Amino acid sequence: MKSFDVNMLIITVICTLITFLERALPFLVFGGKKVPETVRRLGKILPSAIIAALVVYCVKDAAYGFTGDLIPLLVASAVTVGLHLLKGNTFLSIAGGTAVCVLLMNLL
Amino acid sequence: MKKVISYSFRLSIPVLVSFMPLGIAYGILMQASGYGPVITGGTSFFVFAGSLQFLMISMYGGTVSYLTCAVMAALLNSRHLFYGIPFIEKWKDYGFWKYFLIFSLIDETFPLHLKNDFDDGSERHRMFSYVLTAAFVWSYWVGFSILGALIGTLISFEIKGIDFAMTALFLVILTEQIKTGKTAFPAAVAAASSLLCLYVLGPSNFMLPALLLTVIVLVPGLRKGGREDEK
Repeated sequence: MKSFDVNMLIITVICTLITFLERALPFLVFGGKKVPETVRRLGKILPSAIIAALVVYCVKDAAYGFTGDLIPLLVASAVTVGLHLLKGNTFLSIAGGTAVCVLLMNLL
Repeated sequence: MKKVISYSFRLSIPVLVSFMPLGIAYGILMQASGYGPVITGGTSFFVFAGSLQFLMISMYGGTVSYLTCAVMAALLNSRHLFYGIPFIEKWKDYGFWKYFLIFSLIDETFPLHLKNDFDDGSERHRMFSYVLTAAFVWSYWVGFSILGALIGTLISFEIKGIDFAMTALFLVILTEQIKTGKTAFPAAVAAASSLLCLYVLGPSNFMLPALLLTVIVLVPGLRKGGREDEK
């Protein structure tokens, strides 16, 4: 078992600081003064845009390689969105979609 | 306050499910690379950035320079640059807790904060609904990675497909955003540019270009949009 050393400490500090600064940057740039109108509007439309990008991010490997996981992922996605449009129950939509995904990936 | 705690916990359940395999996998990998539960837990506690922590395992090995580490860390999580924008005004009076919320603003807490609609009239309770949600997610990540390092390679109980819970959470939030906010167009632009960048650049480095492309496409419309669609 390796023990903690100065090298690891420095790496941990660098990664912690960089990660925090990156997350803090919008607050540092726009925090003190009035937020510009364009950025405010961007803040309103960006959430759905980022989430859409994150959905692609979640399936990136299957989508890029057209692997066997792609069809289970697409079917489970359709089930999730369908359940949510029909019932509007977050827990049901997530549990239903995940169950379909697990079943398809393990049975197909 | 009890209501705030149970609201935040329920909000965080999908992340509990998806962090279980991910956190344990990280802990097992750390253990396999020779790092025990303390270093694993400490890294998860301070850095709190999943994919970067996986990369840090190779950095700990000591073959790359500190400058390279810094650049890799900055590039890997560069999408986080965008996550604060919707919350600049909402969180501006949160004082110390604002810094905790920024520290914990990751792929998983960002959508939960968007979905958060807790409102019992108290701004203080509203603040703690954000803070507690982030704290729950943080504790799952730290807890499961320690658990993974403890059980090490003893057990392998991977359930293929269970991590779809995270994707499902994103899809649910996207559905709600589009239904209530009339934001189908930005979502479509983002999905199209993500797919474009994915197939052109490959799966490891496509998110920042995709988000930049999305912003470049959408910003002109925002300028022209004028006041009428401001609601």
